[in-house]
Amino acid sequence: QDNRISIWSVGDLGNVGLSGEYQGEPQLLCDIRHNGDVMDMQFLDQERIVVASSTGTVTVFRHHQNNQTLSANQRWEKAHYHVDQDTSCGGAACTGVICNNPEIVTVGEDGRINLFRADQKDVVRTIDNADSSTLHAVTFLRTTEILTVNSIGQLKIWDLRQQRNEPSQIFSLTGDRVPLHCVDRHPNQQHIVATGGQDGMLSIWDIRQGTMPVSLLNAHEAEMWEVHFHPSNPDHLFTCSEDGSLWHWDTSTDVSEKPSFLHQGGRSTTYFSHNTTNQSVVSVWLSNDPTKDRMEITNLIPNQTLSVNTLDILGPCLVYGTDAEAIYVNRQLFA
Amino acid sequence: PSQVVPGADPSARQLCFAWGPAEVLVCETLFGHRGGSPSRGEGGPGRALLPGTLTACVAGTGEGGPSSSRLFVVRKDQDIYIQTLRKLFNESHGIFIGLQRSEEELAGKSRKAQLVQVSKNYRSVIRACMEDMHQAAILTRDPALHSQYSTQVSILSAMELIWNLCEILFVEAAAAGPLLLRLLDWVRLHVCDVDNMVHEVLSSENPSKHELFWNVVDVFVLQGRMDEARHLLSKEASANPTSVNMYKILDDLMKKMPVPSLGNTQTLTEMELKWQHWHEECQRYLQDGTFASNSHMESICKILLGDEDAILEKKDLMTTWYHFLVTRLLYSHPTVKPMELRFYAQACMDLFLGGESSPEPLDTILMAAFEFEMHQVIKECSIALSNWWFVAHLTDLLDHCKLLQSHNLYFGSNMREFLLLEYASGLFSHHSLWQLGVDYFDHCPEYGRVYLELHIERIPLNTEQKALKVLRICEQRQMHEQVRSICKIMAMKALRNNRLGSALSWSIRAKDAAFATLISDRFLKDYCESGCFSDLDLIDNLGPSMLLSDRLTFLGKYREFHRLYGEKRFSEAAKLLLMLMTAHIAPCSFWMTLLTDALPLLEQKEVIFSAEQTYELMRCLEDLTAGKSDKQKFQDDDVETMKVEMLRLALARNLARVIVKEGTLEGS
Repeated sequence: QDNRISIWSVGDLGNVGLSGEYQGEPQLLCDIRHNGDVMDMQFLDQERIVVASSTGTVTVFRHHQNNQTLSANQRWEKAHYHVDQDTSCGGAACTGVICNNPEIVTVGEDGRINLFRADQKDVVRTIDNADSSTLHAVTFLRTTEILTVNSIGQLKIWDLRQQRNEPSQIFSLTGDRVPLHCVDRHPNQQHIVATGGQDGMLSIWDIRQGTMPVSLLNAHEAEMWEVHFHPSNPDHLFTCSEDGSLWHWDTSTDVSEKPSFLHQGGRSTTYFSHNTTNQSVVSVWLSNDPTKDRMEITNLIPNQTLSVNTLDILGPCLVYGTDAEAIYVNRQLFA
Repeated sequence: PSQVVPGADPSARQLCFAWGPAEVLVCETLFGHRGGSPSRGEGGPGRALLPGTLTACVAGTGEGGPSSSRLFVVRKDQDIYIQTLRKLFNESHGIFIGLQRSEEELAGKSRKAQLVQVSKNYRSVIRACMEDMHQAAILTRDPALHSQYSTQVSILSAMELIWNLCEILFVEAAAAGPLLLRLLDWVRLHVCDVDNMVHEVLSSENPSKHELFWNVVDVFVLQGRMDEARHLLSKEASANPTSVNMYKILDDLMKKMPVPSLGNTQTLTEMELKWQHWHEECQRYLQDGTFASNSHMESICKILLGDEDAILEKKDLMTTWYHFLVTRLLYSHPTVKPMELRFYAQACMDLFLGGESSPEPLDTILMAAFEFEMHQVIKECSIALSNWWFVAHLTDLLDHCKLLQSHNLYFGSNMREFLLLEYASGLFSHHSLWQLGVDYFDHCPEYGRVYLELHIERIPLNTEQKALKVLRICEQRQMHEQVRSICKIMAMKALRNNRLGSALSWSIRAKDAAFATLISDRFLKDYCESGCFSDLDLIDNLGPSMLLSDRLTFLGKYREFHRLYGEKRFSEAAKLLLMLMTAHIAPCSFWMTLLTDALPLLEQKEVIFSAEQTYELMRCLEDLTAGKSDKQKFQDDDVETMKVEMLRLALARNLARVIVKEGTLEGS
């Protein structure tokens, strides 16, 4: 197997053509071999990238921008393992990584949570057997608290200040304990959390109250691999799935100003009926039935074939990768 | 594709084979050599035979026997591992799926246009791959890699050449008239050995004085590029005033040459008539000796007249017999009909090769195409090329054009399906490209499903995410057997790694009650041994999945009992405990433990169990002890008997107290 971490340049704004479509292909700047499948990765800072591997190793790569090369800066071998760390076949896949410079938190198929510090050789803290099933994803709730999701449909909050190895709170799905694969927190309102499940369902949680999700939205037809709130425009949510679709959930209020027949739909757009006379301060995500307010859901992929495994958004740019070994860049997301 | 295994000699030893999903094992047996000449991979000049990679060779020791036996591991389908070809596989997969899904209702012209577009898409993917491969060849410093890439570039180029011809003749089915124009385009696109020369002359300061000037003019004429030829000739004319007259006439002839039109501006007969006139005019000028003083111009005129010898003289400029064929057709039969091509093709090839060299595989394939022998084309390509990509996709496209009769092969499926199955099977041996193979199997109506069922179980599942992808594929196709099997494998792995929650999650996905029971037993065993529950987060949160298996339900409820006890909700705990036994949710083996758990409840200051409940408990105890045979009772150690005794005592005491309590009137 020849897996590589690659850095690409998608050119500058000058390349945008008349129709607003992006012209020109992404250019490969540099790449480096990676041992095992890349399960997750995140930028630690402008130059460093943390990568989680299926072998259980967590690596920090540095991108040298002056000569456009990548090098492995730091590596924690066997960060995730089954039973015995020293046996050769004992490695367990590291499934998720989240960074808050200089802290790095990883979770894996061994149900373990690791807290690393960049530039510190040894692991800062390990919570063994944090979960009896696989932890699929992790994200920061606050600087000292993290959220994890697992294969038995549970969302757990862990307080890293406390020394005990128990979660401070456990939330569960109602009904079938479908595995949860991804989690993301609202950028501004920290009590709002979104998770995606194996059945393609999007769940919105209010972690201030209750142990069950506030709303469940039937979305994809297969596993939802990633969910992301737009970092600067959190009325927009993006989800991607094994069924090959990538959905843009738009709850921005200005949509409801115009009457419905004046709206131009996306390729497959669903409109829900509305009648909100007063826009309350409470986030539209938390209203009892988000479909009551106007929510526009668009599938951004015209000819879907294979799974969309991952996506990321920043400003007007959306990038996603598929199982057809293709990366797509959309630089005019809100045009 | 045929393969040569280096070192394996059927003439020396009898060989035996075993096929696996990705590799073939070739083993030398102890039997001596067979008579007769061995038939290895067919040789022949210029045949592109890529040897199978020898990935391992094991020598066994033969005790006292002759020389040791060797075992060869031969990997088939090498090409899927070439990095630069991955784009070809992925993109063509997208085009393939698009074709299968495309509207069948479109009839006639629009359908044909659609199919031609698909064909062009395939070709552009081949070209893109060629570009990448070419770039890679330039950039690499390893000579072996460089030669490998260069070979690949030429193979891809040949593939595009063949595909393009098939597109013209079969998919577009160009009729007489446009046929020639398409063939001209084809030649211009693919026979470009002369491009360098053309560039050199055009970019020189004084083109007409360049030594290769006339070669370039000839090339343009041979390829029917009249405007470019005339443009160059004008330079010669201005440089050489004495030949101005000759030049004017030639230029005029070239300008007036009738060519078939793509649109409907003229019928074939009109064109033929015009062409006949023009041909006669050229003939007159030649016979008058107009060009006698300039041999170059004279030969050009002869070419315009379709003079075979004159054209053949320029053999080196044409480089291939099919270029010769198209040139000849241009200048002697521009309205050639598709079905007539075969005669001209054969004649031209013979003339061009002239008995010096024998046809190469590429030549045979192209000839078969000109003869409209589609099956022959596919067969020859299958043999010559090293993987099934080309023939699988081309055959599928031709099948969509409704051009292949359902040519049933003796083992049942038709040719299109056979080739697609072979191609997709090759993909399955790759750790990542197997996902493409799934869609190909989906579109093989007869054997696709069976092949998929067999292959999908053999994909190595090194991460849960991969297993989930495989499972999703199986579930979407109602392959329940495979779902169960894969979930069981993953659950067992999880169990072995002590990930009980994961194991349970897999059993829930497969709705595997038996496995859920296994996991519950494991939990209960742990509890009995350690006295407390592990993984409480799992057991406390089973939810509806608790109902998957009785044992699991028991586990959940038993844990609930402990919780109630811990919260000092004794009467609820007592009720639950009793229910566990009377409703037969608890396995018999656990009853003793449950009764022992009841002891502290019986010994409480406050009476918890009612009379009814106490009777029930006693009955359970009696059932339990009565069930044991005399032999067992004899083997019971003191602890056991003491436990039973204590229970009997506690139950009796409780009964006494509760009868009194229940018999007492309140507040009197």
